[in-house]
Amino acid sequence: MPRPGFVQEVDRSTPPQLFWRGENFSLEKLPADRSRVIYAPEPHDPIKDIDGAIRHALLNPIDSDPLPELLFPGMKLTIAFDDVSLPLPKMTRPDIRQRVIEAVLDLAADAGVDDVHIIAALALHRRMTEDELRHALGDRVYDAFAPHGTLYQHDAEDPDNLAFLGATPEGEEVEINKRAAESDLLVYVNINLVAMDGGWKSTATGLASYRSLRHHHNPQTLLHSNSLMDQHRSELHKSNWRMGKIMRDNGPKIFQIETTLNNDSFPEPFGFLGKREWEWNARDRATFVASSKALNRTPSSIARKIFHSIEAPHQMTSIQAGEVEAVHKITTENVYKQQIVEVQGQTDILTMGIPYICPYNVNSIMNPILVMCTALGYFFNMYRGKPLVREGGVIIMTHPTPWEFNSVHHPSYIDFFEQVLSETTDGVRMHKEYEKKFAEDDWYRHLYRTGNAYHGVHPFYMWYWGTHAMHHCGRIIIVGGDVRAVRRLGFTPASTLNDALEIASDVVGRTPTITHMRVPPLMIADVK
Amino acid sequence: MIAESLAGKRIAITGATGFVGTALVERLLRAVPECELVLLVRPGRRSSAAERVRKELLKNDAFDLLRKNLKDTVEDFDSMCARRIITIAGDVSTDGLGLSPEDAQILASCDVVIHSAAAVSFDSPLDSAVEINLLGPTRIAHALQALDVSPHLVAVSTCYVAGNRRGNAPEKLVSEGPFDLGLNWRNEVQAARRLRSDAEAASRAPSQLESFRKEARRELGAAGAPALAAKTEQLRTDWVKDQLVLAGRSRAASVGWPDAYAFTKALGEQALTDEKRNIPVSIVRPSIIESALAEPKPGWIRGFRMAEPVILSYARGMLKEFPGVPEGTIDVIPVDIVVAAIIAVSALGPDRAPDITQVASGGINPLSYRTLVDNVRDWFTQHPIYDSEGQPIIVPDWNFPGRGRVQTQLKRAQSLTNRAEQTLQSLPLRGTQAKWSAKLEERKGEIERALEYVELYGLYTECEAIYQVDNLMGIWDDLDAKDRDNFCFDPRAVNWPEYIHNIHLPSIVQHARVKTQPGKTRTDRASRLRANVLSRDRHVAAFDLENTLIASNVVESYSWLATRRLNTPERIRYVLQTLKESPQLLAMDRKDRGDFLRYFYRRYEDAPVEQINEDARDMMTQLIITKSFPDGLRRVREHRALGHRTVLITGALDFAVAGLKPLFDEIVAAEMSIRPDGTYSGEMKRVPPTGETRAQVLADYCEAEGFRLDECVAYADSTSDLPLLEAVGHPVAVNPETRLAAIARKRGWLVENWDTAPGMSKPLLPIGTMLSERERKKYMPVAGRRGQR
Repeated sequence: MPRPGFVQEVDRSTPPQLFWRGENFSLEKLPADRSRVIYAPEPHDPIKDIDGAIRHALLNPIDSDPLPELLFPGMKLTIAFDDVSLPLPKMTRPDIRQRVIEAVLDLAADAGVDDVHIIAALALHRRMTEDELRHALGDRVYDAFAPHGTLYQHDAEDPDNLAFLGATPEGEEVEINKRAAESDLLVYVNINLVAMDGGWKSTATGLASYRSLRHHHNPQTLLHSNSLMDQHRSELHKSNWRMGKIMRDNGPKIFQIETTLNNDSFPEPFGFLGKREWEWNARDRATFVASSKALNRTPSSIARKIFHSIEAPHQMTSIQAGEVEAVHKITTENVYKQQIVEVQGQTDILTMGIPYICPYNVNSIMNPILVMCTALGYFFNMYRGKPLVREGGVIIMTHPTPWEFNSVHHPSYIDFFEQVLSETTDGVRMHKEYEKKFAEDDWYRHLYRTGNAYHGVHPFYMWYWGTHAMHHCGRIIIVGGDVRAVRRLGFTPASTLNDALEIASDVVGRTPTITHMRVPPLMIADVK
Repeated sequence: MIAESLAGKRIAITGATGFVGTALVERLLRAVPECELVLLVRPGRRSSAAERVRKELLKNDAFDLLRKNLKDTVEDFDSMCARRIITIAGDVSTDGLGLSPEDAQILASCDVVIHSAAAVSFDSPLDSAVEINLLGPTRIAHALQALDVSPHLVAVSTCYVAGNRRGNAPEKLVSEGPFDLGLNWRNEVQAARRLRSDAEAASRAPSQLESFRKEARRELGAAGAPALAAKTEQLRTDWVKDQLVLAGRSRAASVGWPDAYAFTKALGEQALTDEKRNIPVSIVRPSIIESALAEPKPGWIRGFRMAEPVILSYARGMLKEFPGVPEGTIDVIPVDIVVAAIIAVSALGPDRAPDITQVASGGINPLSYRTLVDNVRDWFTQHPIYDSEGQPIIVPDWNFPGRGRVQTQLKRAQSLTNRAEQTLQSLPLRGTQAKWSAKLEERKGEIERALEYVELYGLYTECEAIYQVDNLMGIWDDLDAKDRDNFCFDPRAVNWPEYIHNIHLPSIVQHARVKTQPGKTRTDRASRLRANVLSRDRHVAAFDLENTLIASNVVESYSWLATRRLNTPERIRYVLQTLKESPQLLAMDRKDRGDFLRYFYRRYEDAPVEQINEDARDMMTQLIITKSFPDGLRRVREHRALGHRTVLITGALDFAVAGLKPLFDEIVAAEMSIRPDGTYSGEMKRVPPTGETRAQVLADYCEAEGFRLDECVAYADSTSDLPLLEAVGHPVAVNPETRLAAIARKRGWLVENWDTAPGMSKPLLPIGTMLSERERKKYMPVAGRRGQR
């Protein structure tokens, strides 16, 4: 029986805590008697008979006819799936998407359906490479569809392949992939890693056009999403749900399949990264010392390769299929079950170690903007109720924040960093003055559509996502970061955690309370 | 009395645009209000004599005082000049002065002719020094004789006509003194002219021409035939000039003068005396003329003369040692004293003026070499100038070594830097590394200059002649108080430490525009140039590809495509083969890029077009974008956003750069012809755009689209692009190789150092990523079977 999440009060006998630092980690001692550490619940046991559970979900959907009854010869069937940004780290083969899609395809074949398209629901993310597609879908699916052009990636900028479905009462235009819109049935295969994923966000965001996306991906919406992990208090989700209504009325019939994974994130020998420090055995300790010492001497590009080749042992804990909203309600509960940790009260200082990966740098470089987004967009938002850090408090994160970029994946990030952040860190101002230029840039559009680049506007979305935290906090400090890069982000650089606590005392006084989020594995703090 | 005696007179002046000439014109206009000036000026290559007077003379800050005085009077400065100045076009280096009949009549109407035109540079070629300094005064005398007039001719010469001697140098012709060698100036003229034609002939000898070509090639690399030809011709004329400079220096030294200037001036005095006949001549001999003591304003100076470059080199820390005798006299005289003396001599008229008047300080108010050096060092210790990094330069102590020792030191340093430079140039350096070589070149220039100064000026600091000023003081003694006030030419008026500290050094530091404030300024210059490049007024921005926008080249693209469908053993074989060939390929590329491309692209023969196109799409992401310079791509888009046309001119093949299409309005790339069976022939459709062809391509594009080349911007990285860079108005050197870095530096071009995105891994070998499993199986059955066992 896995143990639930846990809040450890730090006293003088508590061993030092693990802090991620990009492609490395360190142990840091937090001040005794006013610090606490939040640990995620232990990984839930996965479903034993995964294929059986998938089949069961497809045959016994929620608020929907069983899948076989929705399939008929001559129909247009489209299967859309979450892209490379999920799950993190990538799971060992076979990926859960492969298993679900193979099951759906089996049923489709039984029903005599031969017009099937499989689409990666990229939204404005980069196109996946062939290797990544093969990893997510398996060679069998890839080889059966890709050569015929029926396995491809959504293009939010392809004017010929988008369908306008209408507008919400708020004036939000709903425009999605044309093939998906014109199908007799759209099957969406999701992986719900965090509570933010899934629901109408799968289709209304994943398959949407840029024109449609900009209605909820903007500073106003994201500033009023408290939190993104709590759909009822997230403007982003409310907008997606309004769009969902238009999709239900004017769009294709949707059969939503959502899965949840446990948080078993690291294989051996990196298993200690998921363990609580006082439970480390001698081998864990030795591995920690050896690997952190070795990583200190490894060139960052090689360290990056090593970490990005990690495949996580996490496995499916639930699958539910059927009507979007009903399915998503259960999914969210399952996510909460694995991730919720009850925490009493807010804190003055929130500390977090930023790992090597976030949804937007799979097989790539975590550039400074993504460091910001991982900390302030993702981790800060991993709460329900109130943010972990009080208003006016301080966030201290550890990450080397190198001035490094991947020119293939993040071309517009480079220019955003050079041209926009050098002028302003104010999301509203950059939205007004710069966003359009980047969003409509021909070159970025070309790279997004033909290369493996994120859309030109993507760095803006990353920035907007962090604006809520930036407004909420009195100061943001990065420990061990490239000083120039940290300053460019508008944050304060510090060389050690102690220096950072010293700097923070300007804002929160000399004896602040400190809370360390020990992520990954992922968790949601339910702050009472 | 002086102003009155020159009132209503017409005074002709030669050399008015020079240092003394400018001060003279200003002084006469201001202090002798009733005189008229006739300026004999040589028309420039692009501007007429009158234009030169307007631009080069009257705009000088010497006239600021006069301009201000006249501001609120009835007649302003410009109309006063129009009334009192007549400009005539003429040239003292041609017989008859090249005057038109009308201008000749104007010259004939003059009462006084002041001849101050001279080739003052100590290292002029012998023949031009002879034409101007030796024959100039005589030509004026002849011209006046031909016009049948005999105005008072005041010829400006130099004290140093006395030659290398110790002790007193009286105000007498050299031929009248005890050291006369009896040289015949006519023979010297003949010999100098002969030397010029000999040198011209020698420079055209095949072996010489070959060495110029080699040198041009070394300097420019594969810049294309026209650029090399221009450079070769320039090297040839420079060589001829150097020969004549050397000839002048050796001839002067052989007969006892410090340099060709003093030597030709001495013979010029002799020639004038021999040829003057009925023309009354007065000779004025200043010593080393420096900035003004008081008028038109303290410290006024025009152009850099003798002491300034030496002083500045010292202040820059360049001259660590300078030869000289510490107790020797440096005979310096402020320009306003010289001008006043010339005017006083003119005012005395032909009957009363002494034949020769020396204007010097050594005999009456000497400045010792040690005083000068000490004061200069004190001043620069208090007011250091700053190097390009914004650090103050500490001036060294001079020990007054002998000339030989300094020369040996400098020559050793010179040969060392030469060798280092050759080594650096042969290395494939780029961008920031190329800066080493630029620094080295700077250092080399410094040493060369220092050596030159020591050779040229060393003799002056060792000169121990004392120039007598009896005649000058005689005139001074006869002056009334008013003239003494208005035309002070008493060398005793100068307080040397005061003059050096408060007048001369502040002035030359200001003129030299050296950095007198700490802090870096280099970026300012670059951002100014950048703003200029990114101005809305530009029309077209042309880009080279390799090493300008991407860190890759045609060999890499080929290797990437060629290895894409190979298995591992084949890949290894390919890499070894390519490495073996690379020296030959490199040599060929250096020699002629066009030939290299044609040879190299043969390798694509029989490649299926469809497969290449398919692979090229992947290559775009995996090679080209991976190795692109984000700053470069951003610059292209900045140009587009400003409404400029963007053009890519590259020797790369069209399919390799097809993915860059959205960045450019026009892509000019190499194209191969396609055979009917759908394979490439390996032969080019037309001449690949390299070297001077690129300049032509851009010129044609501009012509067709109605743009102007001087409003174009061009970005390139190597000297082979020199024709393109030279053709446009705004060249930008990107990651320049050493030779281009040196050229860009000299010409003040914008230099950008662009790199691939930080953090991108840099693969050592340009090899295509392996195909995915399925295709691996398809293309590599051997490897597949081995796996099954």
